[in-house]
Amino acid sequence: MKYLKQFFIILIISFIGEVLNIILPLPIPASIYGMVLLFVLLFTGILKLEDIKDAGKFLIEIMPIMFIPAGVGLMSSWGVLKPMLIPVSVITIVSLVMVMAFGGRVTQFVIKHSKQGGFTENE
Amino acid sequence: MNDFFTTSVYAGVVVSLLAYMLGVYLRKKFAIAILNPLLVSVVVTILVLVIGKVDYDIYYEGAKYISWFLTPATVCLAIPLYEQLTLLKKNLKAVIIGITSGVLASLLTVFLLSLLMGLSHKEYVTLLPKSITTAIGMGVSEELGGYVTITVAVIVITGVLGNILAEPVCKLFRITEPIAKGVAIGSSSHAIGTAKAMEMGEIEGAMSSLSIAVAGILTVIGASIFSKLL
Repeated sequence: MKYLKQFFIILIISFIGEVLNIILPLPIPASIYGMVLLFVLLFTGILKLEDIKDAGKFLIEIMPIMFIPAGVGLMSSWGVLKPMLIPVSVITIVSLVMVMAFGGRVTQFVIKHSKQGGFTENE
Repeated sequence: MNDFFTTSVYAGVVVSLLAYMLGVYLRKKFAIAILNPLLVSVVVTILVLVIGKVDYDIYYEGAKYISWFLTPATVCLAIPLYEQLTLLKKNLKAVIIGITSGVLASLLTVFLLSLLMGLSHKEYVTLLPKSITTAIGMGVSEELGGYVTITVAVIVITGVLGNILAEPVCKLFRITEPIAKGVAIGSSSHAIGTAKAMEMGEIEGAMSSLSIAVAGILTVIGASIFSKLL
């Protein structure tokens, strides 16, 4: 019963996300609305972590397998991808590494920098 | 084998899960980054379908039940984020600046490389939303007049590559701080990368989850500006 109740709450939030996606004219998917909504519900204390934690953690744990169908779907997009294969491959790889490196380094830099600045107020 | 797959609801799911477990086993046994369970499972499943002459649509009839869980699972990414709330508050500035830098790096590299390789406007806008989560990326590509099917394929490839390359790239660029790792992964390779961040640690996973949402929204705005450049 515990898992059923938790999963039910998660599904209701997903459903509200879906409704928001339909009525609001923004290109934001149901899952992102739902994620923000769940965060707000937890933040305001309307939902307790225990209300969803077990089912939620399970879903997150098995999340990688949910991408298998999309990945396998690449076999049917081979036709459209083929004419652009070289530019697509180069851009995908270069930009991925650049974003990871730059985003990560900048975050790390700001963290270290502000830690030094605010040293006296540390805990 | 098409007939068998058509009549069976579970065939697609069973093949996918078996392939994934094979991937997990191989990674445990050999510990090489390329033996990523997601990549292995995708490749093995494609091989099974190609050898068995099964159409993707027929496979998807069963496999769609796996994808069905994606929305509730993404919603749940708010849980690790909430658990790391104190950490997030403390480092909010760094996280926001980091994600913004990631988004700018993405748009800028796509712009410069498209210019360099002489891509058309339509091809360029197809690639602009490549780093963000599929549902937002599709919307952006459609809005800007790109090839939506190619955008989806590129987003999935980016995610799988991010999932594989997360650890080596962080090591190579000496990104050691868990918050920074999470931002790097989430803003470069959305939910598929986040699945990897989640394995790396709670903090990485939480920050990566946040980055999916923030990078997605920033890209909606950024891509519409960048689309005018080429």
